[in-house]
Formats: sequence, C-alpha cells, structure tokens
Amino acid sequence: MSLSREDVEKIAHLARLAIREEDIPKYAQDLSNILDLVEQLKAVDSDGVEPMAHPLESSQRLRSDEVTETDERSRFQSVAPKTEAGLYLVPKVIE
Amino acid sequence: MEWEAVIGLEIHSQLKTKSKIFSGASTAYGAEPNTQACVVDLGLPGVLPVLNGEVVRMATKFGVAIGATVAQRSIFARKNYFYPDLPKGYQISQYALPIVTHGHVEIELEEGATKTIGVTRAHLEEDAGKSLHEDFHGMTGIDLNRAGTPLLEIVSEPDMRSAKEAVAYMKKIHSLVQYLEICDGNMQEGSFRCDANVSVRPIGQSELGTRTELKNINSFRFVERAINYEIERQIDVLEGGGQIVQETRLYDADNNETRPLRSKEEAMDYRYFPDPDLLPVELDAAFIEDVRQQLPELPEAKKARFVEQYGLSVYDAGVLTASRDMADYYEAVVVASSGEAKLAANWVMGDLTGALNKEGLDITASPMTAEQLGLMIERIGDNTISGKIAKKVFEAMWAGEGDADLIIESKGLKQVTDTGAIEHVIDDVLANNASQVEQYRAGKEKLFGFFVGQVMKITQGKANPAQVNDILKKKLQS
Amino acid sequence: MHTKTIAQLSAALRAGEFSSEELTRFFLERISRLDDKTNGYVTVTTERALEAASAADAKIAAGEGGPITGVPIAHKDIFCTEGVPTRCGSKMLDNFIAPYDATCVTKLSEAGTVMLGKTNMDEFAMGSSNETSFYGPVRNPWDLNAVPGGSSGGSAAVVAARLAPGATGTDTGGSIRQPAALTGITGLKPTYGRVSRYGMIAFASSLDQGGAMASTAEDAALLLQAMAGFDPKDSTSVDESVPDYRATLNDSIEGLKIGLPKEYFGEGLSSDVANVIDEAIAEYRQLGAEVIEISLPNSGLAVPTYYVIAPAECSSNLSRYDGVRFGYRCEDPVDIEDMYKRSREEGFGPEVKRRIMIGTYALSAGYYDAYYLKAQQVRRLIKNDFMDAFAKVDVIAGPVSPTPAFKLGEKTADPVTMYFSDIYTIAVNLAGLPAISIPAGFVGDAPVGLQLISPFFDEARLLNVAHRFQQITDWHARVPKGFE
Repeated sequence: MSLSREDVEKIAHLARLAIREEDIPKYAQDLSNILDLVEQLKAVDSDGVEPMAHPLESSQRLRSDEVTETDERSRFQSVAPKTEAGLYLVPKVIE
Repeated sequence: MEWEAVIGLEIHSQLKTKSKIFSGASTAYGAEPNTQACVVDLGLPGVLPVLNGEVVRMATKFGVAIGATVAQRSIFARKNYFYPDLPKGYQISQYALPIVTHGHVEIELEEGATKTIGVTRAHLEEDAGKSLHEDFHGMTGIDLNRAGTPLLEIVSEPDMRSAKEAVAYMKKIHSLVQYLEICDGNMQEGSFRCDANVSVRPIGQSELGTRTELKNINSFRFVERAINYEIERQIDVLEGGGQIVQETRLYDADNNETRPLRSKEEAMDYRYFPDPDLLPVELDAAFIEDVRQQLPELPEAKKARFVEQYGLSVYDAGVLTASRDMADYYEAVVVASSGEAKLAANWVMGDLTGALNKEGLDITASPMTAEQLGLMIERIGDNTISGKIAKKVFEAMWAGEGDADLIIESKGLKQVTDTGAIEHVIDDVLANNASQVEQYRAGKEKLFGFFVGQVMKITQGKANPAQVNDILKKKLQS
Repeated sequence: MHTKTIAQLSAALRAGEFSSEELTRFFLERISRLDDKTNGYVTVTTERALEAASAADAKIAAGEGGPITGVPIAHKDIFCTEGVPTRCGSKMLDNFIAPYDATCVTKLSEAGTVMLGKTNMDEFAMGSSNETSFYGPVRNPWDLNAVPGGSSGGSAAVVAARLAPGATGTDTGGSIRQPAALTGITGLKPTYGRVSRYGMIAFASSLDQGGAMASTAEDAALLLQAMAGFDPKDSTSVDESVPDYRATLNDSIEGLKIGLPKEYFGEGLSSDVANVIDEAIAEYRQLGAEVIEISLPNSGLAVPTYYVIAPAECSSNLSRYDGVRFGYRCEDPVDIEDMYKRSREEGFGPEVKRRIMIGTYALSAGYYDAYYLKAQQVRRLIKNDFMDAFAKVDVIAGPVSPTPAFKLGEKTADPVTMYFSDIYTIAVNLAGLPAISIPAGFVGDAPVGLQLISPFFDEARLLNVAHRFQQITDWHARVPKGFE
C-alpha cells in the first residue's frame, strides 16, 4: 500500500492540516508504512462477525429533560482566541 | 418535450425540549449570544454527550403518528466536517440506523383527491450554531446558543411532482409536529426549516434526473417559488442542450432565483462512523406502545369528529383542523357560545381569519380570545343581536373595546324583538311609501327588499330580521 | 517520607506524625530540586496544593476525611483541572486553562487528596515513549538517557522518582501499564467504563480509560477506590457498584488459575524480559497458583486493529481544535480555511498529525468498510479470545513490554517500530478489560513489569493477585539512584 502525493494532499485537506510541501514525501512514506501494517487485517476471515463499536454491550442511558446549566460566557470566553460582543470571531466566512 | 418534476423534502424540525439534546443548557430562543452554550455545546476538551430522553420520546411519537417503524435499536454517528459554527468539527446525527423509518402521510390535492407521500426516515441530530456575517471588522461572529438544539430531520421519498404538492406535504408535516406537541412550528425563528431536492425528467421516463438541493427556503411561499423557479431553470438548461450539475443551491428570496453555493465546490466526504461517546439507543416494544397509547388526536381523526360532532362540511372541518391551534381555538369558541357550532365555524373561518390575515397574525396571537368570540356568537344565537350587527360588535371587540355584552349595551345594539314596536315602524314605512306599496301589490315583488331596508334604516339595523320579514309580508298581503 | 507508600502516609497523617501541609511542602521541595532531571511535571500548583493540604489537615484534625485525605498526588495533564493549565502535551493547548474539573479530579479532591501539579505526557496521549510532548521528553529516573514509556510517562516518572506518592494516568493502548513497567511502579488500567472519562481529554473514546499509578497495588487500590464509580456525565460510564478494593487484598490465591498466553512469549519478546517474567510466575507457583498455558490466537492482529480504530476516533475527536473557541490560533489568517489549516498544522506535532491523517483516510469514502468496519470485526475476535480464555483461567499473566526502557531517540525515526512497544497491552484496550502492571524484577538497572489481566470489573481480583506478589517481593520498593 503506497500513498501518492495527491492522496496525502487530499487527506491533509479533509483533516484541515496545512502540510508543508517538503514534508509530503515523509508523510507519504510514514502513512504507507502504517497502512502496510494494517493491511494484514484484510487476510482475516471475519465474515458474519458483528462489528464491535464498543467494549460494553449495553445501551444508551437517557437523561431527563432539565436545564442544569447557567450562563458562564465570560469564563468560557476567557480562553478564546478572539471575541467581541459575546461572539467568537473568525475570518470572514463566505457562503 | 413534456417534463415532469420530481421533488423530495428534508425538513428540519426543532424539538421543543427545555434542554439540549446532549447537554443541560437551555434551548430558549433569543438569548444573548453564547449565554446558552455550556461546555458540552462548546465542544471543550474532555466533555461528553448524554442523550436527553425527551428527544427520544418525541421522535417515537412522530414515528408512531406516521405509521412508521420505530427502531428498537438506533445508533448515533458522527458526521465530520469543518465549519466555524459546528463546535466539535462533527455533528452528532443518525446515519445507518435512524430511529424512524418507512412512514407515510396523506396530502390533499385540489378537488378533494389525496396522495400518499412516503417518509423514508426521520432521524435525531444536533443543530449547529449561527454564523453572523454582519461586519465585525471584516470578520464573522459565531453564536453557539443554538448548537445542540435537538432536531428531527424528516426525509421524504421523492414522491412529489409539483411545487404545490411539496407545499401541501410541508404543511401536513408542519401541522402534524404541532399536533404532536414536539415542535412549535415557528418558521421565523427557524424551528421548522426545509431543504428541497429537485430534479426533472421527460414524462414517461422512469429513471430520475440529476437533482439539485435547494437550501434556505423557510416559508411555504418560498418553497413554492423556489421549487417552481428551479424546475423552470432545469428545463431551460436541458432544453438548451445543457446538463444539470448536482449541487447545492441557495434560494434568494429577494431576486426569486436560486444560485449555487460557492463554498461547496468540493464533494463532501463526511466520514460517518458510530459515535464512540454514545451507546446504541434501545427502545422496548412496551415503551413504543405506551407512546402510541398517549398520542393526541391527530388531524384526520379530528376532522372526522368535527364533521360528526359539529355537523360541519368536510371542507370546513378540514380548514378548522389544519392546525392544532386553529382546532383548539374553534372548539373553545363552540363551548363559549353554548354550542353554536356552525355559527362558530363561520366566524372563525370568516371574520376572525380575515382580521388575523390582515394584520399578519397567527391564531395563537389573536387579540380576541376564543371565549370572547364565543360569547358574542352566543348573543347571535339567543337573538340579542343580528348577524349583521354582530359584525359591528366584532370590529369593536377587535379594536379592544371590551366584551360583546359591554359593547352591545354601551352602543345600544340590542336587537328590537318587540313585535309592537316593529309593527309600528312598518306601518310608518308603508304609509310613507304608498306608491311603492301599490307597485308591490301590482306584482313588483322585488320591492320587498326596499321595505326591509327602510325598516332597518329607521331601526339602525337592530330590528330582528326574521320578525321584520314576517310582519312585512303579512301587512303587504292584507 | 518519600519512600512511604500512600497507605503508610495515610496512617502517619492520621497518627499525627506529620501534617498534610508538611508532607506537601516536603514533596514540593523535592520537585523543585529533582524534577529537572526527569521533566515529569509540566505544571506545579504550589499555592493550590498548600491550600488543599491545610484543608485536609483541618479534616483530619476533626476526625473526618477518608483513607487518602491529605495525601499529595499528581494528575496527568490530560485531566481538566479548573483554573489550572491543561495542555495535554500539546502546543495546541499551551494557553488553555480548563474552566472545569474532570470527574476523576473532582472525586480525588473530594477524597481529600492534594494536587501537587500536572504531569508531562505524549501529545494527546499519542506515543509510547513520552517523546512526542511539546514540553520536552520525560527521562526515566532509572536511566536519564532512557525513555519512561508513554503516554503517561510523566506520571510514571514522578511516582518512580518519589516526586509524588501516586498519580493519575490514562491508558488507550498501554499508556498506564507500559510506563509503569518501564519505571518500576504499579499501574492499573481499570475496566472500560469503571472510571469516568468526563473531563479527560479524548484520544480514542472507545479505548481511553483513566487509572491509577503508584508504587504498590495497595496504593493503586486506594486511588481507584476514590476514582471509580458511575458518572451521569459520561454515557459510557457503568452503573455498577464499586467493591471495597482493600478488603480483598490479602485473600489467599491458593488454587488461582493463571493463564500464560503462548502468543505473549514468542518472537519479539526479549529473552531478558522473558526470564524476569518466568521468575515472577515461579513466585506465583510458590503462592499456590496453578499456571496453565493458554492461547489468544488473534493477538497478532491487535496492533493493526488498534492502528485503524484509535486513529479513526482520534481524527474526529481532534477536529474540535480548530482555533475558534479555545486553543492555538495561527497568526494573521487570511481566511477561514487558512485559519483551520495553519492553526492545526502549527498546533499539532508530527505523531498527532500522522494519526489524524491515518484515521481520516480509514474513515473516508471508499475505505470505511475495508479498514474501519473490518477492524471492528477483528476487534470482536480479539475480545472473544479473552472470553474463551477466562472460561479456563482466573487471570492472564504475561509481559507488559517486549523490552525494558529503550534510549531516547532510539525509536523515533520509525513510527511503526514504536507502535510495537505496545504489542502486549493493546488487546486489553480493544477488549475493554482491566489489567495491571507490577514491578517484577530488573534487567541490569532497568525495571521489568509483569502484566495481569482479569475479566470485566474484576479489579479487586487483580489488586489482590498483585498485592500477594508484592508481599513476597520488594521490586516495587526500589528507588532509582539519585532519587533516594
């Protein structure tokens, strides 16, 4: 399994990582090695085995519909990169 | 070539819970930005979701009401994409195993025909926040109060063939979610939103054409216009030898057109996978049966009952049960009017609806309570006022001048039912219009209305019309 | 004081031999003098520690509080601590001060423990050597040129160097057990769901589990007692009663059936480590245990399975680090895409980025079935192996790490080589089982750990089996040179 430069660029875009041009060959190599490792799963006969998403074979617990939280905006926004008028500010989003 | 449109709708219905789907923050509308976004809604490091049970009950209600399969096991998945108002970089939604599948609703077409529209699925998910594009020094502001508000996304089959059918379906679902008390249906506040998938194909062709997805169509009027515009546009493209591009388009209400969404040029790859922070939602048959038993009366049943119980026409019953608020109002009017069901129907559908429409008000915002209107109607029924005078009373009540009895009293609108008094007026009218009396008796029966008018003029409309008719007839015949 | 176990400190505090404040000052002084050698702490919370200590003293004086009231501990910097930097080994969270406490932190505070500080770790817990930390590598107190293991390398190092009597850790693929083994301490990874994950910064949600690191099994029992239990804020936390872990520590293990999986003793295991494990097993025979060879046939698939599931979950869990609401944001982004891409490129280190990319790839259209779904199926096969084994034996024993601690930089060039450091620990996380690493001997000056694995929610049995071993051995009591 060998990933191309384009594969790496596509994955990096999906993951929103600005991988540097000069790092691409190294990523392609490392990721290909990891995929080689993973490749051995393909040989396993797992027909009819139910996928296991979770160690616990139990079901979701339901919360009662109650408001338990209060306004803590100023505290939460004290760790934000940029805010104004109670809003988080980001570079202009164009739809 | 003759073309046929194929339309499917995705309706996002905000569930009216007190708290969010995965956190204990309030869902109340209109709060100051980010004051109702707790650590879970903000997606801070380390936080975890816990599912609101009410959300599950509401989705189950909807599923049962549309004759759907309510899954005994459903799974929450993550839909991964980056957007600044999506705090975690993924939306928790249901993908492979949604809670509701394979339902259907009936819509009414013109001339009383009906059509069944399939509901492919309805799944639970969390809403995103809002991006405010007003100018903050050229930046976008993010408000996450709405993030985590529960949504039921209702996905129809591509069963609709015109914009009108699409609107009828949307209205049907709109009415249903309010009947079920799972959504407030408020479209201005975005509690009930709609995207449409539209394609066209030559009539007779079985495979579907390439579709476009229309976003941002959040009123019944816009849905109809946007779809009609899009159908025309697609036909133009195809007839011009072009091809339809599968894309998301935004409806621009100001210019009544759709245009492609610029930021979606790349094909999305949402990388859905089961959310490892949440376990499968398992519902037992007893729970689903319990919800079924507690379902409120649904529109079809209510309509049938209105016909039966109040002796209304099928049409009137349909209008009055179109929304649960309307139906509830009507029934309150009937009670307050001591059972004047038909009169109540006429007033609610006529003058009241007219007055509300004129001011752009919903029935829940009516300045006149059902009790007030009912009491006025009772006065028509007991002959205190005539239907005609009632219109004056209605106007005064609408203007906030008080209850019917007060207005009737203070304006002296009480109907004259004293036979002697009416006879007296009639005698005067006949005496003063001797030539018309002669013409009438010579066969010009049209003049009857003239005499009634004269009597009403003198009595300022207060004479009981039935009595006036009776006495006039007798006197003119003698 | 530093060579005392938590159990001994607890008794001394209650007997009035010294106060919690004195004890806390003693450890703070040791930290300021010795921590530079290991780089185990990233934050020392002196003031807060002294406040908590005097509050604990008041409680002890009033005859209140529990068995660990007044005992100083360290928290892995993956646990959110209100008002204290919580950086998770990453530049991404360099400026992040958590606005809330992790449930685990709350529970340990309520039990009266005193937080000395936050410990260094591999970035977002991704690593087996503590070399991926933005805050520099942690050094193994037994050999300052060797790694302490990871990702809870800071917690392991500070406990081994006696710079804290105990610490919290987290274990996604071996991150408590492997560093515990490499630093000669006791590390317990509980059953998935036993300890709340709320406030514990997620790496791979279906594998992550918080646990205890201390010198002895008895100390681990005391810490777990406070940490364990149902948390309504964590949907995956289990509502099952928590037994008294200390009550059964001394139970006899006569007739205990210990399974040795033959796959854990094959190629790849260093012969030195194998010898130490053999001797440890011999001790168990002395204690009356019956040793049975078993097979976990799918063991060889654990590493590849893990390197699909863990990166897939991590790729999604780490999407929230987008520079919008907290954490690192790049300088002068030209637009939103630039902000995302550069903030994440600059904020994350290479191993984190590799795993995000592998996970993104494994989940992407066209590959999901071949990678993610397949890995989930194999995950069940791996779990079934354990279930079959536990039909025959009470606990499973084996090595923790194929080698003793390796040198700094020795395995950083090739990620895949590094991944095989966790070859014996990963399957436990995939299955969700509890396991413990206990000091079993040395290869030269390098400690070796013995791993014990038990059925779900049988931590009491693990602690009992570990404690009995520690009653007849003293490996756990050794202190590295320079830290005596």
